[in-house]
Amino acid sequence: MARVVVDVMLKPEILDPQGQAVQRALPRLGFDGISDVRQGKRFELEVDGPVDEAALARIHDLAESFLANTVIEDFTIRVEEVAEAAK
Amino acid sequence: MTARIGVVTFPGSLDDRDTQRAIRVAGAEPVALWHKDKDLKQVDAVVLCGGFSYGDYLRAGAIARFSPVMEPLLEQAKAGLPVLGICNGFQILTEAHLLPGTMLRNNHLHFICRDQKLRVENAGTAWTTDYAPGQEIHIPLKNNDGQYVADAYTLDKLEAEGRVAFRYVVRGEAADGCGNPNGSQRDIAGVSNEAGNVVGLMPHPEHAVEPLIGTGRTDGLPFFTSILKKLVNA
Repeated sequence: MARVVVDVMLKPEILDPQGQAVQRALPRLGFDGISDVRQGKRFELEVDGPVDEAALARIHDLAESFLANTVIEDFTIRVEEVAEAAK
Repeated sequence: MTARIGVVTFPGSLDDRDTQRAIRVAGAEPVALWHKDKDLKQVDAVVLCGGFSYGDYLRAGAIARFSPVMEPLLEQAKAGLPVLGICNGFQILTEAHLLPGTMLRNNHLHFICRDQKLRVENAGTAWTTDYAPGQEIHIPLKNNDGQYVADAYTLDKLEAEGRVAFRYVVRGEAADGCGNPNGSQRDIAGVSNEAGNVVGLMPHPEHAVEPLIGTGRTDGLPFFTSILKKLVNA
């Protein structure tokens, strides 16, 4: 079994009101020096079988059509090593 | 025989009964459709109503877009079936790419609920012929993700083709329903597809069809009489 991580972020030119709300709270919490916050989504997909090219292509389709709205969002896909002990 | 207008209920839909009622008040026959239906029961038009389909957990409308009922709907909408998406229904239509652009969280991050003033920019769509071009109407608005966004090319194209169907009226005080309620680009409240049979808008005409409820006016009723007239005369 392997884990594939899909990160979805709003495109840089799209206003992120949630990220801005988080950023505005930072000085109140004593965190200075953070000039911008953007909030995204992380999906962890547990995949049965090998994560070969075909599997990654299918996940790419899934991310493009469903997990991300490509009108406003970009996504990245990466395979994460699952520790032996956890198997 | 009068026109039969389908209303789809998804898990999380809130306004299906109000929408059915609005259709009945206009003089047409509402037909309840379920999200798992694989056919549209030969209806003459469909309304995707407001609410929070599938909890809006991924993005507003993103999961509903892939439910079984959407397969025949997408196919027939492309062939000319009139479809109206209200609020969550509008979000579903953008996720399905039947309408361009998409909806973001309101720019102020608050759920908003108020009577909203709109201007009818296009009285030529299947759902707006009973309005006059430029007419200003008051109908309720209630949403969390109502900020309409699209890239500049798409926005320019929509404007050039007259497909901005409704705009928020921005003069005056916010208290009387004026002003852009959610940061929508170019104050857009509703758009149509190229053929004018598919229309989406954020505010809720189905809550303003009888003087006793909603805004106390019936400014939303022409949506449903427009489509009825179109279908009966067809």
